[in-house]
Amino acid sequence: MAQVMMKDLNKKYDEVHAVKDVNLHIRDKEFMVLVGPSGCGKSTTLRMVAGLEEITSGEISIGDRVVNDLPPKDRDIAMVFQNYALYPHMTVYDNMAFGLKMRKFPKVEIQKRVQDAAEILGIQELLKRKPRQLSGGQRQRVAVGRAIVRHPQVFLFDEPLSNLDAKLRVQMRVELKRLHERLETTAIYVTHDQVEAMTLGDRVVVMKDGWIQQVGEPLELYGRPANKFVAGFIGSPSMNFVDVKVADANGALWAETQGIRVKVPPIHTSRLVPYKGQQVTMGVRPEDLHPASGSDPREYCFDAVVDVVEPLGSEILLDLRVGNNTIVARVEPTNRVKVHESTRLALTPDRAHFFDLKTELAI
Amino acid sequence: MKKPIAGGAGSVAGLEVALPHPRATQPQRLTRFLENERALAAILLAPTVLILGTFIAYPFIMGVWLSLSSTSVGNVGEFVGFKNFAKAWNDSIFRTAFGNTFYYTFWATIFKLTLGMWLALLLNRHFRGKRIVRASMLLPFIVPTVLSTFAWRWMFDPTFSVLNWLLYKGGLITTKLPFLSDGVYGMWCAITVNTWRGMPFFAITLLAGLQTINPDLHEAASLDGANGWKRFWHVTWPLLKPVTVVVVVFSVIQTFSDFQLIYVLTGGGPANSTHLLATYAYQVGVATGLLGEGAAISLFMLPVLFVVVWLQLRYLRRMEGA
Amino acid sequence: MVIERKWKTWVYFYIPLTVFVVGTLFPFYWMLITAIRPDAELYRSWRAATNTPFWTLQPTLEHFRDLMAKTTFPHWLWNTLFIAVVSTAISLFCGLLAGYALARLRFPMAGTLGTSIFVTYLVPPTLLFIPLANIIRTFQVGDTPWALILTYPTFLIPFCTWLLMGYFKTIPKELEECARIDGATRFGAMVRIIFPIAVPGILSAGIFAFTLSWNEFIYALVFLSSPEKKTVPVGVVSELIRGDIYFWGQLMAGALLGSIPVALVYSFFVEYYVTGLTGSVKG
Repeated sequence: MAQVMMKDLNKKYDEVHAVKDVNLHIRDKEFMVLVGPSGCGKSTTLRMVAGLEEITSGEISIGDRVVNDLPPKDRDIAMVFQNYALYPHMTVYDNMAFGLKMRKFPKVEIQKRVQDAAEILGIQELLKRKPRQLSGGQRQRVAVGRAIVRHPQVFLFDEPLSNLDAKLRVQMRVELKRLHERLETTAIYVTHDQVEAMTLGDRVVVMKDGWIQQVGEPLELYGRPANKFVAGFIGSPSMNFVDVKVADANGALWAETQGIRVKVPPIHTSRLVPYKGQQVTMGVRPEDLHPASGSDPREYCFDAVVDVVEPLGSEILLDLRVGNNTIVARVEPTNRVKVHESTRLALTPDRAHFFDLKTELAI
Repeated sequence: MKKPIAGGAGSVAGLEVALPHPRATQPQRLTRFLENERALAAILLAPTVLILGTFIAYPFIMGVWLSLSSTSVGNVGEFVGFKNFAKAWNDSIFRTAFGNTFYYTFWATIFKLTLGMWLALLLNRHFRGKRIVRASMLLPFIVPTVLSTFAWRWMFDPTFSVLNWLLYKGGLITTKLPFLSDGVYGMWCAITVNTWRGMPFFAITLLAGLQTINPDLHEAASLDGANGWKRFWHVTWPLLKPVTVVVVVFSVIQTFSDFQLIYVLTGGGPANSTHLLATYAYQVGVATGLLGEGAAISLFMLPVLFVVVWLQLRYLRRMEGA
Repeated sequence: MVIERKWKTWVYFYIPLTVFVVGTLFPFYWMLITAIRPDAELYRSWRAATNTPFWTLQPTLEHFRDLMAKTTFPHWLWNTLFIAVVSTAISLFCGLLAGYALARLRFPMAGTLGTSIFVTYLVPPTLLFIPLANIIRTFQVGDTPWALILTYPTFLIPFCTWLLMGYFKTIPKELEECARIDGATRFGAMVRIIFPIAVPGILSAGIFAFTLSWNEFIYALVFLSSPEKKTVPVGVVSELIRGDIYFWGQLMAGALLGSIPVALVYSFFVEYYVTGLTGSVKG
């Protein structure tokens, strides 16, 4: 069991600066998820922890050892790959036993550990098969089993669920979470899927272009995104962004753009004062918009025209037009709005977000 | 599926007990060294570089030196500049050999390509016994060339030629054809044998290329009203071109530098009329012992090979770029 | 499939295919029939009425017996086999290591080195046999099997490297990364994980290299001189012709026996050979 520290970590390929000044402290037993669009440097970071990529500059330590110069085999880690990387010429048992054999464990111990892991994952019947005789989900389990028999200090997961179909992915997600609760081993998990990140992570790191954008617990990222990128990346459907002008009228601040004029919620007022007369980006999540009713204060309402209605059963997504902007609202399934109709929406005042137009940082 | 993760806590309790890790391999110097990517690459490549350096690069340099010297067997020569090259160029046998080499390469390649392509198209269909036919078609390519060429030489024998017998019985000739006793006939016999030997290589590699072409394309083309020939020209050929280029390059290099076939079939004769560069270089350099002159003659192959290899590399680069 | 009429199938398919098959195999048949034909029949005038060139009524093994008893043919067979096996083994060894390094490892000059190996692959033996003969003499291995065992790898290693490099590239690199995390060294991952997976590729390269060295001629012709040290191709060419006389029966028996080992190896591994053949020209 160990913590993982990254200090001023950088990775440069010939022309690409893939990872930039990453500082990260992953606590003992923590499930840390790195998430971001492809090419954001998350996999490279993970591979540097694994020892599969050389570190250009900076330092990585696992437990209390600096591992920069240790080959992967001496880092006491286990990794699950996207394509599972099962050794095709070995049986499932041998696949799982390989790491222990390499470390010269006694045969009895190997057998016991493989059996235990197989039991946890429900793959006892598969031990004699070769990988090509397994389904995608089974391969995935074997890959995880191969990692856990080792009792490593840290688990590394590189998009392990991406090759599964949607249904299996949800199932395995739950199993991985249970497994982590049971094994209490530090885990670093890379994914491009923000839902996976939110559901699995004790904490989540959002990366983009090699930079860390924000580190925090899932709900923290959702509730208080540090910048526009995180705000847009976390949450589905994405947050709506509208560029508005901050206007001062009647002793209050107003966010104005074509078709919208809403009061700046009191919690934001003081921070938006310096932006008086300037443009900022306002962000509202689809779930923070609802059809206006009598109880909604008028200063948080605006009208929009329905473009598309997407009924999903448990909810309805409305694509709407307001002035030049397109926004999405998530409404109750009982809602009966029709296409091309105009409807009045209200936003939940303290859930609105404001971002600096240039730096895109949260205000 | 049951939910095994939830159950069986007792039996797997051991898993949570972290056993002390047996000390992983002692950090030995060598294993440490081999973990370095560059060091490992250097070690892995060393035997290859050593062998290729000693027996290709070094002989090549030596060959260039020899060609500029008057070395002969048992006689360390001195530097003579381009004298050997000039001498060869003014030598009428050399001129013939030089011309023959191009002639031989050109025609043999044309025939190998057309016949090989034809055979590949035939083999690309489904028929009974396809596997065995395909396997037997490669026989000329895998059997030692020298040995099969002997069979051909026997078939071209001036007195007992079975081919003459066939043509005579068929009423096509009244006197024997001078297969190997005439320079022009001899050259064409060599081209025939080379084609016979090299065609399977074309056929099988082109067949492999053909098999990667999606049959839907042909269906689509025939729905569009394309007939057999048009389908070949507009669908098959463009898709097959990359493979074809590479196969032709390989074949050109091998044919251009061919030695054994002529050596066995005609020995360069009659009257040195069927020499290729390689056989003539052998005659001068080894049989006569004039190493310098022989080396110069074989170096005449270099510019052509160089151009072909260069084209090939450029083509490969372009394919990689695409 | 596109449906054709029956006569068209014959004209465009069966007839040409038959011509190809007959044309390809006839020389082998001719080899066989000559090898088992008694001398008296062999040298009968081609206009003789009794001539039956395509078969014989008195098949004989006399030529084979003479070949095995009166010539050093058995030696040649053994020499060829020995040289082919050893040089194939050396080339496979070098090709495996070099192919792996070129396919997987990042190091300076990797591209240049890969290209140079490809270029050496295209260098024909006939370009270098004269200076090589000199070097062989310097190394004092002339007229020994080592002359060939050392020089055959010059065309076999580039081929093996090229083929195996292509094969290694098709193996996901995560496999060895996983092995390295599991506790293997780079070298260990290569030997324990990648090489076993590459067995089909190794077989292809091996079979192909074996046939290439079995068939090699010019180096063997130039570097060997003692009759009992020769390989089959050279022995048949230089030793079975006495003076100006061609003993065709014996020659064809020799050609046949010299072809059978490669043909056998080939027939057992046709698919691997074809993979090697098509892989050998892949970029």
